[in-house]
Amino acid sequence: MLYRLLISCLGFAISMQAIAGEFNVALILDKAGKDDQSFNASAYRGIQRAEKELGIKFKTIEVKDAASSESMLRALAGKKYDLMIAVGFSHAGAVKKVAPSFAQKRFVIIDSEVKEPNVTSVMFAEHEGAYLVGAMAAMASKKASVGFIGGMDIPLIRRFAMGYEAGVRAVAPKAKVQVAYIGVTGDAFSNPPKAKELALLQNAQGADVIFHAAGASGAGLFDAAEDKKFFAIGVDSNQNGVKPGRVLTSMVKAVDVAVYESIKAAKNQQLPGGTTVNHGFATGGIDMAIDANNKSLLTPEMLKKANEIKAGITSGKIKVPDYYVLKK
Amino acid sequence: MDSLSLIELFLSALRFAAPLILAAVAGLYSERSGVIQIALEGFMLFGAFVGATSAHILGDGVAGLFMASGFGMIVGMFYGVLVLKLKADQIVAGTAINMLAWGGIPVVSKMLFDVTSNTPALEASERLPNWVPIVVALTVVAVTYVLIQKTSFGLWLTVAGEKPEALRAAGVSPAGVRWIALMISGGVAALGGALLSISLASSYTRNMTAGRGFMALAALILGKWKPIPACIACLLFGVCEVAQLKLQGVMIPGFGVVPVQLVQILPYAITMFLLAGVVGESRAPAKLGQS
Repeated sequence: MLYRLLISCLGFAISMQAIAGEFNVALILDKAGKDDQSFNASAYRGIQRAEKELGIKFKTIEVKDAASSESMLRALAGKKYDLMIAVGFSHAGAVKKVAPSFAQKRFVIIDSEVKEPNVTSVMFAEHEGAYLVGAMAAMASKKASVGFIGGMDIPLIRRFAMGYEAGVRAVAPKAKVQVAYIGVTGDAFSNPPKAKELALLQNAQGADVIFHAAGASGAGLFDAAEDKKFFAIGVDSNQNGVKPGRVLTSMVKAVDVAVYESIKAAKNQQLPGGTTVNHGFATGGIDMAIDANNKSLLTPEMLKKANEIKAGITSGKIKVPDYYVLKK
Repeated sequence: MDSLSLIELFLSALRFAAPLILAAVAGLYSERSGVIQIALEGFMLFGAFVGATSAHILGDGVAGLFMASGFGMIVGMFYGVLVLKLKADQIVAGTAINMLAWGGIPVVSKMLFDVTSNTPALEASERLPNWVPIVVALTVVAVTYVLIQKTSFGLWLTVAGEKPEALRAAGVSPAGVRWIALMISGGVAALGGALLSISLASSYTRNMTAGRGFMALAALILGKWKPIPACIACLLFGVCEVAQLKLQGVMIPGFGVVPVQLVQILPYAITMFLLAGVVGESRAPAKLGQS
């Protein structure tokens, strides 16, 4: 009896929502979760802003592995959710499979490309951002020797590495660039002790500026930078404040803006399906973080060079090698 | 070896090995007494979290180690309740402890710090210098060696896993020995986890053990359930890890750049190779899993 009452109450509540014309968004994050202070955290900020400014309702799901993201997506799309935002390359396969069965629902995939009429892909020009911080690293390095620590060895991270190396070479053609990856599984993004050992090793071999693209593992690099007094460069979110004075800058990927903008467009029925939105310096989707924590670390020449590079890439005068294109 | 001395590389290998050594020794206590121990990963995670949290709150790294170790003992006893008192399947119960750590810690962390992924970063003064894990691990191995070789408790431990009826005949309760073994096991593994978060890193990060508990188990088998050989097996893993870092991106004439994947399977490939023949048969305690 009580059970039936509950069910009818629930049914009533749901129909009320439908009448009010609510817009429901589901945000599917990857294993690192919404508090990774990096990539996922940025997406979460975007949806929080959308909740405040656009009055949408949302639910966040953290998926433990790629295998469960398909069933999760299917379950969400089958419910009241109008828009599913999958954050991270690991969801690409699941989105490709699920989207065709829910033609009236909209999907957004971030960091990967899925060609379906109701899917909007959002890509960032990581290689261009990495090129910019690579140039900064080369200018800040006293020994003409820099390092890169990647998380999992996947094309996305290789894209960072390739752009970074090109940026370093553009400023200092003879500089030494050490590139290393933490691992070949998803665990590589949550292994700070190993990132620290890698950073210490690279530093002992001469690198005095090290850039990471390793999610939560990056904490190990920042610790090493503090212990051995060299510079680190952050990634995805603005990490300048993690160890003020030791973080030269951060390559910021505005996932929050991308999430917010796609919710806004979808709510107004203006989200273009079957297309890929590319973010770079021109859209503000990629940038280099400058704030009170690192202002004194960047010389006027470096800032001037940074503006030159941004303008050059936007106008097409500087061509940054793209791992995605070169390895196709 | 351009600017790097071999000693520095060896120290790096020791730092890699230290948490593994502690976890392997933790597994040794439990498995020698006859209880399968696959919850090492969970114990380590609990240790890493409790250690970093108490070091942060109390402002002292050493206090963090003690708290973690104490909490590890409690979790070890909880495992004891499951498998010794309630006779649950040891593999299932061990997996349950691991899952409790994966899922439970983020919940507690959310309540304490309002983030699920990590504890606040420790100040340099609250962290322990990075030689501490090496010293602690080697001390624990030495103590364990003496305990097992020279004391009656060591003998009981072995007999509890091989011939519990003989122990009973001598008037010692095998279950009692196993309770103590599980407590030590939890405490030592948690200590390994705490050293990871307090010394080798500067905070607890979600799932930061990244499979070390399972690698320790492999080292234990490779070391034939004996403290010194297990310690050497862990060291071997440490050396592989460092070799792996060192070999990445290196050009080998006539072969090209060494692919990352190839280098990263080194520890696993060596384990399989060694287990397949070089070290000879590795025999588990006779009553393992039957208590």
